[in-house]
Amino acid sequence: MSKVLKVEDLHVYYGSIHAIKGVSFEVNEGEIVTLIGANGAGKSTTLNTVAGLLKPAKGSIEFKGESITGIEAHKLVKKGMSLCPEGRRIFQELTVKENLEMGAYSRPTAEIAASLDMVYEQFPRLKERYKQIAGTLSGGEQQMLAMGRSLMSKPDLMMLDEPSMGLAPILVEQIFEIISTLNKNGTTILLVEQNAQMALSIASRAYVLETGRIVTSGTGEKLLKDDSVRKAYLGG
Amino acid sequence: MVSYLINGISLGAVYAIIALGYTMVYGIAKMLNFAHGDVIMVGGYMAYCSTSYMGFGPLTSVLFSMLVCTILGIVVEKLAYKPLRGASSLAVLITAIGVSYFLQNAALLIWSSNPKAFPNLFDLPQVQVGDSVVTSVALVTIASCIVIMLALTFFTEKTKMGKAMRAVSEDRGAAALMGINVNSTISVTFAIGSGLAAVAGVLLCSAYPTLMPTTGAMPGIKAFTAAVFGGIGSIPGAMLGGILLGVIEIFAKAYVSTQLSDAIVFAVLIVVLIVKPTGLLGRKLTEKV
Repeated sequence: MSKVLKVEDLHVYYGSIHAIKGVSFEVNEGEIVTLIGANGAGKSTTLNTVAGLLKPAKGSIEFKGESITGIEAHKLVKKGMSLCPEGRRIFQELTVKENLEMGAYSRPTAEIAASLDMVYEQFPRLKERYKQIAGTLSGGEQQMLAMGRSLMSKPDLMMLDEPSMGLAPILVEQIFEIISTLNKNGTTILLVEQNAQMALSIASRAYVLETGRIVTSGTGEKLLKDDSVRKAYLGG
Repeated sequence: MVSYLINGISLGAVYAIIALGYTMVYGIAKMLNFAHGDVIMVGGYMAYCSTSYMGFGPLTSVLFSMLVCTILGIVVEKLAYKPLRGASSLAVLITAIGVSYFLQNAALLIWSSNPKAFPNLFDLPQVQVGDSVVTSVALVTIASCIVIMLALTFFTEKTKMGKAMRAVSEDRGAAALMGINVNSTISVTFAIGSGLAAVAGVLLCSAYPTLMPTTGAMPGIKAFTAAVFGGIGSIPGAMLGGILLGVIEIFAKAYVSTQLSDAIVFAVLIVVLIVKPTGLLGRKLTEKV
């Protein structure tokens, strides 16, 4: 198994706040790796730093064997990394189709049509609504659009930040099913979630973050049975 | 009456072209570029110099002026505004005012404060519309404005770069995550805005042929007003705001008082903003959770 992502001793500051204090983890090809933890543990900060939106103060990030520490976000997309951000952040004033086209911004125009078909197949709802202004979609549809948009860049590593946030339980299940399917079809996934139960049940491996540090790690199965994890994140 | 209306629309068309620059830069870079008015003045001087000293024809002089202003826009953005990305909006605003004074004083040094008589670039006959006579400059101005409006709408709606601009204007971070280079998108916006300012400068100086280092200041402020009036950030809004402002100004001059015309224009703006704070075509986005 080759390493897709290798993060070592990452330190990130927000102004004077030391948000990430020496986080190390890795993601292998074909895995679903999840970072779980409470609010403010540094999960999103870690993802945003890997994606190039934040600059680390210390530490190294390697993507497919190449150092990408400090490289800007828009250049990483071309290298095969995609982050589906927290709160979805779709372009509300653009149509569904335009949103998807933006996802493929760094790819040659000739390849876009095929990817659009692939995403429409995965999310038939988006095909029905391709002309609609994205801001008028429901919350669940917006999440599907955000994921579809990320897929349009044909990522080798897809990072998802709280994809279940604010969704009804039935939609949450649907979103996690989609993530599993994407993974089975060959996309490596790094998932950040508050819904630890769901995340651990589909994850190959997981890391537990607490106030900027990794406190436990292991396979999803093992962490689901771990007493301290159960008490802290799974409601006993 | 008809000639007042046409003159009003024509003046408004100039405001609209300038307002487009304000509104696009505001929409994408989220800053008020108060030096935008002075780019108009530079555009006017470039057209003046290229026809009077370099012997350019009307069309080449307009293109030359656009080229210089486009480069000026990009350079100003790179040197003055880009280092302040992420700084407070007040710092950026003050810098923009500084750039405005810099351009005016540079013009003062180069061309002195003596007004220059702007050459007549569009040497066309006057046109009879119904019972009244209008200048051909007015008609050229209106036509240019329509062409620019259509071209810009096509650009932002249909082209890849245009769509990327709309994406950046909505959410810079998300746009970067799509692989869009936010900095170069902002540069392109400044380039387009400044190129349009050059066109506005030539049209303005053709209608009111005295050229001074402060020529761009008042139209700049009025066009900014027009952009806010129509809803800042909105391209059709800038167009509508500009034309309404021009018509109101000319009618106020004709029927009320020349001295009071500006006061009337700004009074209308205040009323509009009280009734509809986002401007005529501006709207607020509601977030869906």
